[in-house]
Parts: sequence; C-alpha cells; structure tokens
Amino acid sequence: MLRYFLIRLGQSLALMFGVLLLVFMMLRVTGDPAALMLPREASAAEIEAFRERMGFNRPIIVQFVDFLSKAVVGDFGESLHFRTPAMTLVTQRLPATVELAATGLLFAVLIGVPIGMMGGLKPGSAADSLARLLALMGQSIPNFWLAMLMILFFGVQLRWFPTFGRGAWNSVVMPAFVLGLPVMGQIVRLTRSTVLEIRSEDFVRTAYSKGLEPPVIYLKHILRNASIPIISVIGVQFGYMLGGSIYIETIFAWPGMGQLLQLAIGWRDFPLVQAIAIFTSTVVIALNLLTDLVYAIIDPRIRYGF
Amino acid sequence: MAIILEVRDLKTRFYTVDGVVHAVNGVSFDLAKGETLAIVGESGSGKSVSVMSLLRLIPMPPGRIESGQALFYGSDGPKDLLRLSQKELRDIRGGAIGFVFQDPATSLNPILTVGEQIIEIITRHLHLSRHEARERALQLLASVGIPDPEVRLGCYPFQLSGGMRQRVMIAIAIACNPQIVIADEPTTALDVTVQAQIVELFKRLRQELGMALIWITHDLGIVAGLADRVMVMYGGRPAEVALVDELYDHPLHPYTIGLLGALPRLDVDESRRLVSIRGTPPDLMIPIQHCPFAWRCDYAFPRCWEEIPPLVEVRPKHMAACFFDIERGEPRHDGN
Ligand SMILES: Nc1ncnc2c1ncn2[C@@H]1O[C@H](COP(=O)(O)OP(=O)(O)OP(=O)(O)O)[C@@H](O)[C@H]1O
Ligand SMILES: [Mg+2]
Repeated sequence: MLRYFLIRLGQSLALMFGVLLLVFMMLRVTGDPAALMLPREASAAEIEAFRERMGFNRPIIVQFVDFLSKAVVGDFGESLHFRTPAMTLVTQRLPATVELAATGLLFAVLIGVPIGMMGGLKPGSAADSLARLLALMGQSIPNFWLAMLMILFFGVQLRWFPTFGRGAWNSVVMPAFVLGLPVMGQIVRLTRSTVLEIRSEDFVRTAYSKGLEPPVIYLKHILRNASIPIISVIGVQFGYMLGGSIYIETIFAWPGMGQLLQLAIGWRDFPLVQAIAIFTSTVVIALNLLTDLVYAIIDPRIRYGF
Repeated sequence: MAIILEVRDLKTRFYTVDGVVHAVNGVSFDLAKGETLAIVGESGSGKSVSVMSLLRLIPMPPGRIESGQALFYGSDGPKDLLRLSQKELRDIRGGAIGFVFQDPATSLNPILTVGEQIIEIITRHLHLSRHEARERALQLLASVGIPDPEVRLGCYPFQLSGGMRQRVMIAIAIACNPQIVIADEPTTALDVTVQAQIVELFKRLRQELGMALIWITHDLGIVAGLADRVMVMYGGRPAEVALVDELYDHPLHPYTIGLLGALPRLDVDESRRLVSIRGTPPDLMIPIQHCPFAWRCDYAFPRCWEEIPPLVEVRPKHMAACFFDIERGEPRHDGN
C-alpha cells in the first residue's frame, strides 16, 4: 500500500514538473515574452525596460530555476493588470469555483448513480428508459443553450432563482445544474453499463444463493465492484469542474476562476493566465492521486499490487 | 428413507433473441434425507439449469420456469420451492439449501475478505452476533481443512489457491447447517490432486452433518465412490435414474452405455481414454418431439422418432426413458 502510494506520488510530482516546464516554455519559446505581454503600441524602450524588470534578459536556465523556486512556494509573479500577486487573485476566486463545482458534482452523483443503478439492475424497465433518456440528454444538450433557457424561464419568468452573480443561497442552483448535467449523463451511462455487466458475474449469483437481501446484494456486492470506473470519472470530471468553466461562469456572471481566466486572456495578463493554468493542473493531478488512493481502499487487488 | 426433496416435471426455457432454448424439459427426481444423488450428462444437457431453477438462481429474464413442482420437506412441512414468495425463498437459499459452484476463482467476491463472505451468510440466517458469527466462521474454516483460520479469515480470494477458495465456498455452503447441499461441478476447475481432496472433504462433511448432497459432474468416474444414486441427463431430461452399482452393472439407456464406454479408464492407453459418443448434442432451440437421443442411437427404431419415451421403472428402483429393451435386444412391448 505504502509502496503503491509512493509510486503514485512520485509520478504525480514528475507530472507536475512537466507541467511547470511546459508552461514556462510556452511563453519563452514561442517568441519574445516581453512583446507578447505588452500592448502593441509599446515602444522599443518600454519593451526593453519591461524585459529588464521581468528578468527576461537572463540566461534561460537561470530564468527556469528562478521560476521553479518561486513556483514551489506559489509565487507566479504579479498580475500585469492588477499589480498584485497572481496567486492571491486565483485563491480569491477559489471559493466561488469550489462552491459551483462541488454543488454540480454532488447533483450529478446523487442523481446519476442511483438512476444508473436502477437502469443496470433492471434493463428494459421504466427506470432503465429514464436512465437512458437522462444519459442522452445530459450528454447532448449544449450547456450555453440550456443556461439561456433556464435564465429565461426560471430566472426571468418564474423568478425562482437569481439570473446572475453569486449572492443569495440559491444563486448556485442554476449554474450548478447546467455544469453538472453532462457529468450526470456520463455517470448514468457508465453506472448503468458497469452494473449491467457486474450483475451477471458469478459472485453475484453466489450472493443470491446465500439468501442475502437485495439491498445488500445491490450495494455491498454490485455497487462496490462497479464503483472503480465511476470514481475514476468523478475524479476526472471534478478536476475539470474545479478548473472553472469559462462558459458557465461567464453566462451566469459567476465570480469564479473561469471568469477570471476569460478576463486574464482578454487583458494579455500572462502571469495571471500562468498562475491559473498551473493551479488548475495541480488540482487535476492531486485529484488523480486521490482517486488512485480511493481505488486502493476499495479494491484490495490494487492495494496488494496484483 | 424419508424424502427431503421431490421434483416433478420441471421445465425451464430461455427466451433469447436467437430463439427459445428448451434447456430443461421435464425433470423429475426424489432426494432422500442424507442421500447423495449424482447428476451426470454431457455439456448442455441441462444439469446446472435444473438445479438452479429449484432456487430460481437462473437469470430471469431471459430464463423462465414454465412448469413443475419442487417439494421441499423441511422442518415445517412440505413447501413448493417454485411457488414460495421471494422472502421465503431467501430464507431457504443459503439456509436450508447451500450451493457450491464450479469455478471458485469467480464465485467469490474479489473485493471482500473471506471472513466477511462467510460471516454475512451466518448473520443472515442464524441469529448470532457478529462476534459469535466470527467464531463460527473460524470453526467452519477449520472444518473444511483450511490451516491458520485466523489468518485466512482476513485474506482476500486472490490470495488463496484454487483449492483453498473452493474450501471457502464449501464453508459458505455449509455455514448454516443446510439439509441439502447442491454442488455444481465443484471439482472441474481444480487440479487432479486437489479434486480428490475436495471429494474426500465432501464425504467427511456429509457424514458429520448428515446433509443430502446433489453432485453435478460430467464424469461418471468420480461418481462411483461418492454417490448413492445417479441421474443421467440428456437433452434436458432424465434418461436414466438408478442406484450407482445397479447403473454400472445394468445400464438400460443407450446413452448411459455410451457414457460408460466413454469413461476415462486408467488401464487403457492414453490415446483411447476419452472415446466420446458419436454425433453432437441435440439442438435445444427445437422443442422435443421424439426421443432426443434417437439420431445418435444404435438401437433406434421407428417408434423412437414418433414419441417421447417416458421415464418408467424398468427394474426395481431403476428408471429409464427408452423404448428399447437392451437386455432382450428388442423393442419393449409393455404398454410403454
Ligand atoms: N442464461 C442463459 N441464456 C440462454 N441459454 C442458457 C442460459 N443458461 C443456460 N442456457 C442454455 O441451457 C442449456 C443447458 O445449460 P446447462 O448450463 O444447464 O448445461 P449443463 O448440463 O450444466 O452443462 P455443463 O456441463 O457445460 O455445465 C444450454 O444449452 C445452455 O446454452
Ligand atoms: Mg453446468
């Protein structure tokens, strides 16, 4: 178990290093970073002064070591637009994004897993038709269109939920629903197909032959064995969601990281874009590591290295 | 001897997209208390589906039990297993009737400990606390011949050998003092030496616990030292039912004779050991309209192509479903 964990941890750290290298290179290898970051009207003297200030005139290796040593303590320089540390701007946006992502994910899992399970346990039943419908809808409805529709209907017409911003307790409902719907669709489809497969395994027949009650068979024997692929999808999707959704945060004027990223790109605020990219990658890598750990807790064959 | 199980005219079909599989076409047999009945027959003859139908363990759909009766004479009077409510059925499964399946590698839940898989059946049927159930699980592991029960209790199936896993399955099957244990080819997936150990284990447990045993196998060779009676199945029907010695000495059905001829014999040279019967098993997609064995049979005569031979008592306690009198070498004349 410890060995498994250390290997995964090592892989994650290597991956993280790769991400940092990539982000560092992107800016520097594709052209003159100073010219990229400054407005087009900037004079040669201004560019030169900027280059000096940012240290772009030093040897690339020195720059990278400098970049790395700052990165490990979360220092990605100052935002060009706000003139404040980029990382602070990111962490200020974090609560809103976490709230949105967690609510969306919770909705997707709490609806998706039970419905997918009912479909997989009784293929061809009414519950299964519902499951397949939800899976299809979740994965095919374009989210910007759904968002518009919901704003018009539930926001403007019925006035159930605020149409934009993050204020009242219920302002998260609509964006979280729109964000979670495709994930729910994917979870329904995956849960259904995995449960369908596991339900005809020999060990499930053994569980029936022991006279166990159906809920015990469904949860302890079937769902637990089906949970590995489901958890892996949850991990990946939560990673994406935590990166902030540019679409949804923009449509709903949700003050999260997606919105910040959209603004930062517009301002050519490279340090800020970098900070967001690295932060998001870190979250995804950390979630992957966590997912691997959960696998090991659920499946002893992974724990014992089989 | 008192009867514990009485099965009459059991019929099971599978309604698949390719058509209807007539898997079991009228199986009847009795099982006495403490008796061992072997069910033999080639692959696809309906052995597994017959016994799994008794406890409704076949997948439904596509499976459906079309007709029949399975009277179980438990402590509280006879009950028709095929007509029990789901709740009553669950009490019988794993309680009065235990199951051992063919492949221990897939029949145990891969992510639960051996202990958990034994304890859950004990707490389900016997009113024991978790602690008492654990104690019982330890005793069970010891009684099926697993060394170091304390350690094994915490093991996962993949940490055990095939033989050990099958012993765990057996411990599960006998955990709640069943009156019947049904073992569906419990040795087929194991090494030859382990097979013999498992057979010995069953013999010992049968003696200690006094349970009746239904033992399904392909192989008449294993049956001789183990079973009291044998039911030979062909095309989803019993072809012949008799006491073991009687069956070996006076086989009445041409299919049984073929099987006995195909019996692996150690005294014959390796290349000739597995002579099988000519022809292929019947197509179960087609409902039976005449003797299903007719077209593989050396003795078939016109009647065999017209009627289904009923299972009748030809010699004392010896039933066969055949129109031909093998002993006289001519068609049977007696009403049937
Ligand atoms: N779930 C199912 N769906 C469709 N057909 C099935 C199903 N289960 C069994 N059958 C069919 O029922 C028939 C009898 O199968 P059964 O498993 O009882 O044979 P068996 O005598 O146990 O053979 P084996 O010795 O190979 O285990 C076979 O033709 C099989 O294909
Ligand atoms: Mg079988």
